[in-house]
Amino acid sequence: MKWLRENLFSGWVSTLATVLLVALLLKPVLQVIDWALIDAVWRPDPGACQDASGACWGFIAEKHRFILFGTYPFEQHWRPAVSTLLLIGLWVFSSVRHFWRWWLALVWLAGLTVIGVLMWGGVFGLPYVENGRWGGLILTLLLATFGIAFAFPLSILLALGRRSGLPVIRALCVGYIELIRGVPLISVLFMASVMLPLFLPSGVTMDKLLRAQLALILFAAAYFAEVVRGGLQAIAQTQYEMADALGLTYWQKTTYVVLPQALRIAVPPLVNTCIGFFKDTSLVLIIGLFDLLTTIKVSLTDPRWAGFGVEAYLFAAAVYFLFCFAMSLYSKRLETKQVG
Amino acid sequence: MRRLAYQAAAVAVALLVVGYLAHNASINLEARRIASGFAFLEREAGFEISESPFLRYGASNTYLSALLVGIGNTLRVAVIGIVAATLLGAAVGLFRLSKNFLLRTLAAGYVEFIRNSPLLVQLFFWYAVITEALPMPREALSPLPGVFLTNRGIYFPAPGSVPVLESFNFAGGFVLTPEFTALLLGLTVYTAAFIAEIVRAGVLAVGRGQWDAAFAIGLTRGQALRRVVVPQALRVMVPPMGSQYLNITKNSSLAVAIGYPDLVSIANTAINQTGQAIEGVAIIMAVYLTISLSISAFMNWYNARIARR
Repeated sequence: MKWLRENLFSGWVSTLATVLLVALLLKPVLQVIDWALIDAVWRPDPGACQDASGACWGFIAEKHRFILFGTYPFEQHWRPAVSTLLLIGLWVFSSVRHFWRWWLALVWLAGLTVIGVLMWGGVFGLPYVENGRWGGLILTLLLATFGIAFAFPLSILLALGRRSGLPVIRALCVGYIELIRGVPLISVLFMASVMLPLFLPSGVTMDKLLRAQLALILFAAAYFAEVVRGGLQAIAQTQYEMADALGLTYWQKTTYVVLPQALRIAVPPLVNTCIGFFKDTSLVLIIGLFDLLTTIKVSLTDPRWAGFGVEAYLFAAAVYFLFCFAMSLYSKRLETKQVG
Repeated sequence: MRRLAYQAAAVAVALLVVGYLAHNASINLEARRIASGFAFLEREAGFEISESPFLRYGASNTYLSALLVGIGNTLRVAVIGIVAATLLGAAVGLFRLSKNFLLRTLAAGYVEFIRNSPLLVQLFFWYAVITEALPMPREALSPLPGVFLTNRGIYFPAPGSVPVLESFNFAGGFVLTPEFTALLLGLTVYTAAFIAEIVRAGVLAVGRGQWDAAFAIGLTRGQALRRVVVPQALRVMVPPMGSQYLNITKNSSLAVAIGYPDLVSIANTAINQTGQAIEGVAIIMAVYLTISLSISAFMNWYNARIARR
């Protein structure tokens, strides 16, 4: 009773708000529940879906293999499935601060090798699958993983360059960062998909997946660099002065004094930037890669299952939400721990 | 001496890379018989554009006018989106701080769910809602007299012209196409979630003492918010708000995925027709950089103005 009075009916404004909200939202909420659960069709039966007034979750049930694995050969789907679980496992393992040691790089190297063998095959009796046929969730996760893995070191160099005492280096880094941050990701992806082939020497071709990956790395690096710069700026000036007083060279000062402290500060905001980047990988749909969102969009083109876009995109949002929400909880936990 | 050597080396590497790429490009362009330069802008575009509210445009107009229509469409959705997202975001941000549990929880749920799924998914979702869930023009929903919601767009009465149902669709009045509506709705709802967090952080950044002082001189909660807290919170809020406004403008380029004719979508068509990818991408980038720099300049000016007070 006390809780109710304090949280719903404190004063007439609050009471009015509560009453108005309930009055306004009750009917739509009940309608949504009817649509999503009570009148919904769960069986993969297009006829029943067309007749029903509720949602057609049967569409997801029917298409889940294609949505998760794209055009990967059907009887080989266990390979991307195991790879997906392995990749998620690697990320979860790396989230433990206790494991942030040099050997973590070896764990990743081993894990990614296994994923590479599984996905491509061609050895140990696994039939070869070219990467043009990779698709679905694993493609989204791989684009995000390699994007972060390469953009992060690049961003450290860019951030150091931006704070460098050498005017030319600083100008180059500032120019790069501001250029990339001033244009939309699509324009960078277009650059990779339609412009880059023109810049390669004749006879050299570059895989579409690789080109998109390159664009994502170059794009993410500029955004990560600004977060790392925030970390660099947060360190007390005395730390720089003490390192200079000890007679350390620039690189000694950077690797032993500056970066360990700066990156510690930068990790929670970096995780938030990674959430944004993970969501941004969905833009590869526009240049025709088969990521999770593309497989969902393509499964909607099946004429037997036309008209279930709302259900399909809610499912897409839910899958992305799972990953992003987990990352945001993790980032919040890091922030509160950092204080101690 | 060392400093000079490093910098000279950096310049040399940068020039070498650029020179090498330019060399490859000139060979490739010649081999594919693609003309270079911006002369194509004067040629006839030959494609129709589904909406052009500011300029009269037809397929016989030049690529230049097509691109101008695209810029107009980008600015139209960005400007309306910025205003709408600011209003919605400010409301949601203040709701999150409300004493009312229902209001607070709804606002928090909105922010978490919207921020953690990609904008592109949300755009497709809104587009599907409009084209699949709204009825055909014949059975249009009419929430207000003269306003009709259909899967072909939303019709409003305009001065001197009222939407009237003809054989297949409405004619007259003022129409928002499904593409524009989905893009505007998506950009507004998405960005408002981020703006709500900025507003909330801004209000929280104002110390408890300011509230107590305001209550002590007899102001109500609303008055304290308006007269004391918001003016101080604005200083914290302006820089991140500026970057959200930039984000709306840049994110409006996702229009290409749902077929709204913004700058990127028209430049993309031009690239596909002429093969002049370098010029097309350069135009896209130059326009967005100009818009970005203008917004930053404006926000810096505004920030300096409120900081002085």
